[in-house]
Amino acid sequence: MTDRNSTPLKQTPLAALHQELGARMVPFTGYNMPVQYQGIIAEHTHTRTQAGLFDVSHMGQAILRGPDVEKAIETLVPGDIAGIAEGRVRYTLLTNDQGGVLDDLMVTRQKDHLFLVVNAACKDADFAHISEGLGDAYTLEIKTNLALLALQGPAAVTVLSRLAPDAAQMNFMSAETLVLGGVECDVTRSGYTGEDGFEISLPASHVERLARRLLDEPEVAPIGLGARDSLRLEAGLCLYGSDIDTVTTPIEAGLKWTISKRRRAEGGFPGADIILRQLADGVPRKRVGLKPEGKAPARAHTEIKDQAGKTIGEVTSGGFGPSVGGPVAMGYVEAAHAKPGTSVNFQVRGKALPGEVVVLPFVPHQYFK
Amino acid sequence: MADLKFTEDHEWVRIDGDTATVGISAFAQEQLGDVVFIELPDVGKALKKGDEGAVVESVKAASEVYAPVSGEVTEVNEALNDEPGLVNSDPMGNGWFFKITITDSSDLDGMMDETAYKTFAER
Repeated sequence: MTDRNSTPLKQTPLAALHQELGARMVPFTGYNMPVQYQGIIAEHTHTRTQAGLFDVSHMGQAILRGPDVEKAIETLVPGDIAGIAEGRVRYTLLTNDQGGVLDDLMVTRQKDHLFLVVNAACKDADFAHISEGLGDAYTLEIKTNLALLALQGPAAVTVLSRLAPDAAQMNFMSAETLVLGGVECDVTRSGYTGEDGFEISLPASHVERLARRLLDEPEVAPIGLGARDSLRLEAGLCLYGSDIDTVTTPIEAGLKWTISKRRRAEGGFPGADIILRQLADGVPRKRVGLKPEGKAPARAHTEIKDQAGKTIGEVTSGGFGPSVGGPVAMGYVEAAHAKPGTSVNFQVRGKALPGEVVVLPFVPHQYFK
Repeated sequence: MADLKFTEDHEWVRIDGDTATVGISAFAQEQLGDVVFIELPDVGKALKKGDEGAVVESVKAASEVYAPVSGEVTEVNEALNDEPGLVNSDPMGNGWFFKITITDSSDLDGMMDETAYKTFAER
């Protein structure tokens, strides 16, 4: 998702710190973002074994308020938002009338509002869509003055507990207000790496101080977008714009677990007719894990063929998995070829590279239970 | 005495008689980041100057290594199959890609020496 327009790149509040840490900066969804510091493989491994600190301040954060707001937003998402307990977080999707996905997002239910975190590339469109969809009775307060950090990895809880002991008591996908280094932060136990960890929302004016405080801990290293991508790919997590988009449905994407029994029975979200029909009748293609046999990566847009040479799908994310020690990918294949163990070929530079359909994730999730 | 030249594609060419050894510069490997796979040409393959000679896959992306001269591939660095990271750790030495015969020495015209390349890469 490179940004092709020529407007100047936006900076996160940590731009100066990234520079100081020797990051290589790249344009990403309109922001100047760190792609790596010491190297993608080292950063990836550090996150899987200790704790990595990510600047994800480019993401969109907003507060949504209004009468029965959790019921209201259900008209835009297939997730069970009314069923979220206060202080809990849920992953859901904004869908369109064709059953496609406009974005994926995290929703936290607070006492009198919902807190939303959406993808950077989609945030303007998402916020316009939500405001328009819900009407004047609802207010969407876009929090451009907030930064977002992610602290991920097995040592994340040890590190955060040093600053706020209550962090250790938090359950997976729960939210708490914690005072970290003297600043009130909205913390969730969640992430995008498959590891235990936290996402920390706080005023942009205080984020550099907290980032430095966390980086001072011996277990913590700064991690760029390069490792963020390899970590989430090994964890089998979708990247919006690559693995899910406006022409993939949640059912094709293997995200039917985000639609509760009640929402399946009631419908009432964009594209419900298509999505519920697919739930009942099945889908023509499915998102699957893909493991190339050799060492050559099969990258996004690589054609997938069956044994007879017929095209059966396309890779949507692919690269090298440092924890796996070899190439990993995911993509869509025709439903008849989606069973784990099915042999496929990847068409890479004119050659058919053998591989197979595998169960996701490549690396087991280590979420705190 | 081997003569070291550089191309605008950030490749180095070590010229030894009628053989050129080809690799990528320290600057290029740094830009690529961690190299995880290299597709080497077949020994005996005839390449024209500018043809794709090898492919370097980093964690992030695939990049081509072009034949800097027209000729026949005489040797490839098999060590890269087991240890692609040599391109990062020793780009100008053990991280070489392939050797190719020099059939027309005018193919070397316009290549840069180390000083000129340094200025080019830092530009």
